[in-house]
Amino acid sequence: MDALDGNAIGGLLIDVFGAEMTAATGTCGACGDTGPVAGLVVYLKAPGTVVRCRICGNILMVFVKAHGMTCVDLTGMARLDQPGAA
Amino acid sequence: MSPISRGFRGRRRAPAGQEGRLPPGQYLTEDFPVLSAGPTPHTPLADWTFSITQGGATEQSWSWQEFRAVPSEDVTVDIHCVTRWSKFDTRWRGVSVDTLLDQAGQDAPYVLAFCDGGYTTNLPIEDVTGGKAWVAFDYDGQPLEPEHGGPARLLVPHLYFWKSAKWVRGLALRDHDAPGFWETYGYHMYGDPWKEQRYAGD
Amino acid sequence: MERTAVRGRLTWQAATVTGLTPETAAVVTITLDPPDWPGHQAGQHLDVRLTAEDGYVAERSYSIASAPGEPLAITVERLEDGEVSPYLTEELRAGDQLELRGPIGGYFVWKPADASPLTLLAGGSGVVPLRAILRDRLRTGSDVQARLLYSARTLPDVIYRDELGQHHDGVAVSYTLTRAQPPGWTGHTGRIDASLLADAAWPATAKPLAYVCGPTSFVETAAAGLVGLGYPPDRVKTERFGATGGH
Repeated sequence: MDALDGNAIGGLLIDVFGAEMTAATGTCGACGDTGPVAGLVVYLKAPGTVVRCRICGNILMVFVKAHGMTCVDLTGMARLDQPGAA
Repeated sequence: MSPISRGFRGRRRAPAGQEGRLPPGQYLTEDFPVLSAGPTPHTPLADWTFSITQGGATEQSWSWQEFRAVPSEDVTVDIHCVTRWSKFDTRWRGVSVDTLLDQAGQDAPYVLAFCDGGYTTNLPIEDVTGGKAWVAFDYDGQPLEPEHGGPARLLVPHLYFWKSAKWVRGLALRDHDAPGFWETYGYHMYGDPWKEQRYAGD
Repeated sequence: MERTAVRGRLTWQAATVTGLTPETAAVVTITLDPPDWPGHQAGQHLDVRLTAEDGYVAERSYSIASAPGEPLAITVERLEDGEVSPYLTEELRAGDQLELRGPIGGYFVWKPADASPLTLLAGGSGVVPLRAILRDRLRTGSDVQARLLYSARTLPDVIYRDELGQHHDGVAVSYTLTRAQPPGWTGHTGRIDASLLADAAWPATAKPLAYVCGPTSFVETAAAGLVGLGYPPDRVKTERFGATGGH
């Protein structure tokens, strides 16, 4: 079962953040690696969507759809900046 | 409601006469979907152990050879994934958790299954004893494949299949029921498919 | 950062299927007429949603095969054990409604204003968004030089073969066939490796921009190969499909 990348959750990210986020820059809270969300490792086929750091495997984002809403947990992500943000 | 897609069949319901076998909201599948929250671990069998722990201390541990020397049994069960697929008559071979807990000689009200890759799931002790749970190492007559949890996974078929933790390495005996991986992210603490306990609050 | 729960905002719309064109034995291009399409950029994708009579819902993502300004199209590969692709490639008819939402994606996009030479690496159905880029390049009259290296199992598996064969000015197309080759084949064979990339891709000194798309294992190898040639990682854009194609 191959993992995908952040491109695969483009629609989900728009649902949750109200904006295109695949070009946003994420920083891993565990190892500090920084890069586009599109480059993160995505596991789609699970009870939730799990997004991991490509370098250290730390979980950065988890999305669970329950009762018509999407819950998002970002505790593993240190920063998430839109392109052009400081 | 979304417009119906003409001619799209989607997944199967249960065959006629077997509707009672399918829990509410589930669809029958013929294949065996692989779901994972992370990369497939590959622990060499020489390094593999299964442990019963309590309060951080290891009460009992089995190497792969020792584990395979414990009496095991064939089990045929229906399984139900919270992502709505169910599969009937899946065939496994495994060691009953009762046997492992008996050998460890310890007791506690709850267990937390822990696994290679960091996955955990919590269960009451009654739900892994009394012949309800196994540590399974064969599926469909063959050694359990890594993508399906091999070399060994927990098998607790009366609950949603996220409780049947893949790549299981042990059970931690606990006094309190603390949420494991999916339970922390909003899934139900218990997970009875017949009561459709998918999410916290169901 | 913490947890929160929010409601969805990207809207679904029912598009009319206007045409179905077989590309290969297993691949079909579907043209669509959505009532409210805002336009898109080459490289973006859309999500498709199917609803069965019993309420069962399946969703998939497909790269947009058309350039901005052309009739909207997706190209779908029929997967043997697929749940959605057999429906789209065998059952769907012109006149049917197909629920979709989009366009989606802001990273794996090509902007005609970008003057960088293009290295495009396609694995199987990964060629779809790259074809949209080439069509956009043509439509906008861009003089950006492009090199497409397309890895496919066999020649009959090559999608858009006639169209890709028509490129002249500034677009070089090369193929590598990994499973079987026709008699007299003079193109490359075997999976992409360092020597094949050195041959077919722009050298790093040209300051190219690369787009790599296909199954995850293809993307990992091909992207690493470009970095090995000296491409800065942020000049190699990647989009991974499942091992079985599509998201």
